[in-house]
Amino acid sequence: MNPPDDRRALNRPWGLLAELTHACPLHCPYCSNPLELVRRSRELPTEEWERVMREAGELGVVHVHLSGGEPLLRPDLAAIVAAAVRSDLYTQLVTSGLGLDGARLDELAAVGLHSVQLSVQDADPVNSELIAGRRSFAAKEKAAAAVRERGLPLGLNVVLHRRNLDSIEEIIALGEAWGVERIELANTQFYGWALLNRATLLPDRDQLARAEEAVERRRERLAGRIELVWVVPDYFDGVAKPCMGGWGAVSLTVSPEGTALPCPAAYALEGLEAPNVREHSLEWIWEESEAFNAYRGSDWMREPCRSCAHRDTDFGGCRCQAFALTGDATRTDPACRLSPDHHIIQRIAAARPADPTAVPFTYRKLGGQQTPPATAPSTAAPSPATPYDAPASTAAPSTAGAPPGGGSRPAEGPPPGR
Amino acid sequence: MDADWRPALAASILLRHDKRRDADLLVMPERVVVLSGQAASVLRLCDGNRSAGDIVAELERRFPGAPVADDVTGFLDRVRDEGWLR
Repeated sequence: MNPPDDRRALNRPWGLLAELTHACPLHCPYCSNPLELVRRSRELPTEEWERVMREAGELGVVHVHLSGGEPLLRPDLAAIVAAAVRSDLYTQLVTSGLGLDGARLDELAAVGLHSVQLSVQDADPVNSELIAGRRSFAAKEKAAAAVRERGLPLGLNVVLHRRNLDSIEEIIALGEAWGVERIELANTQFYGWALLNRATLLPDRDQLARAEEAVERRRERLAGRIELVWVVPDYFDGVAKPCMGGWGAVSLTVSPEGTALPCPAAYALEGLEAPNVREHSLEWIWEESEAFNAYRGSDWMREPCRSCAHRDTDFGGCRCQAFALTGDATRTDPACRLSPDHHIIQRIAAARPADPTAVPFTYRKLGGQQTPPATAPSTAAPSPATPYDAPASTAAPSTAGAPPGGGSRPAEGPPPGR
Repeated sequence: MDADWRPALAASILLRHDKRRDADLLVMPERVVVLSGQAASVLRLCDGNRSAGDIVAELERRFPGAPVADDVTGFLDRVRDEGWLR
C-alpha cells in the first residue's frame, strides 16, 4: 500500500520574489542580495522569466514582486510584467526609483503593472545619499510624483538601523508628502551585507523603543490614509521572528540566474543545493526539491524547538540567522531567549561601538567588498549595486467572511515574516 | 451607515477568484485576504453605482429570510474601516 500522499496538504505559494537582476545604481550597506552578486551575463533571458511567470500562476502564486537589484535595468521588464499579468499575477515593482521616469512608467502601466514600492534611505537627502552611496534622493522624489500622477498605488520601503532610526518621524512625514498609501518600516535583518555592516547599523533597545513609540503615535493619526508597517527587529526582545511564515510555506524567491529558494537570504546556507528554474519547473521545485523540503514543517527541529509550544507559530525562527551565527542551520534561532546560543545575540548587542560613524560602511558592490570613505560621494560613478529590496514575502493570507452565512469579521493576518 | 453611500473597492484592490484554491480573494499590494461565506457576492455588488441600500435590497431578494440588513451593513462598515471600500 502506498503511503498517504501528504503533498496534497501542502500549501500553494502566495508570493514570488523575482530578483530580475543584481545590477543596481545604489550601494546600500544592508542590501538583501547575496555577497556574491550574479553578473549580468548570467541573468535569465526574457523567455525564461516569461515561463517562470506562467508557471507561478499555475502553481497558485498571487503576488509577484519584481525586484533586483534594480529591475528597471532590465530592458525587457515590460515583457516580464506582461507575462505576469497574463498569468493573473498581481505585479509590484520594487525599485530604487532611479530610472523610473514618466515614459518608463507609461510603458509598464500599459502592460498592466499594479503597484510600485519605492525605497528611500532616510528623509534627509544628505544622509539618504550617504547610506545609498550615491546621489539619488531627487530622482526618488521625481519617481514618486510620476507614480502618483498615474494613479498607481505607491508604497515606501525604508530599511531602519542606527543611522536613520532617530529620523523616523521625518521619514513618515516624507511618505505623507510624497503621497504614498503605505510605509514599510523594516528594521534591518542581519544577513549578508547587513551582517558585514552590523557594527555600524545595529541600534540599541532605547533607540528602537523611541522609534516604535513614534510609529504608534503616527499610526493613530494616519489611520485610514496611510498604512504603517513596522517590521520588528529580533535582536532585542528574545523572540524569534516567524521567518517567511515558515520555510517553503508562503513564498519563494528566484535569483537573476534562476536559482530558487524559500527566501533571498538562503543563498548563504552552505550545503543547501538551490534548484534552478532552467532545469526544473516551479511546481517540482516547490513540491519535490530537497531545498524546499529541508526545513519545512517541524520534523527537522531539534530541542528546544521540537517540544516547544511555539514551534508552529515561530517555526524555530530564521534558518539563515541560525546558520550565520552558529554555523548550523538546524539549531534554534539565537534570537530566541530559549536558544542555548542566545548569549551570542546578547553579546553582539552589548558590543556596539560608541560612535557608529567611526565605522565606515562597507558598501554593496559587484565583484567584492569594498570600503569607500564614509562620506557621500556626490557624483559617484554608477556601478551595479542595489537598494535593499525587501525579501518581500506575501503575508500568510488573512480571512474575511461575510453574511449571509456565518462569521463575518475581516481579520488581519500576521505581518510578513522576514 | 450612510444609505446614500455607493461603495466601491479602493483603486489598488482587486477582487479575484482563485481557481487553484477555489477561493475568492481581495488582492492588494503586500496582502491577500481570503473571503469566506458570501463576502465576494456582497463585494461584487459594490460597483460604485449601487447604493448600500440597493445592495441590501438585492441580497434580501437573493436570500429571503436571512438577517441581511444588519449583517451586510455591518460587514460593509468593517470593510470600509479597513480601507478596502471607498
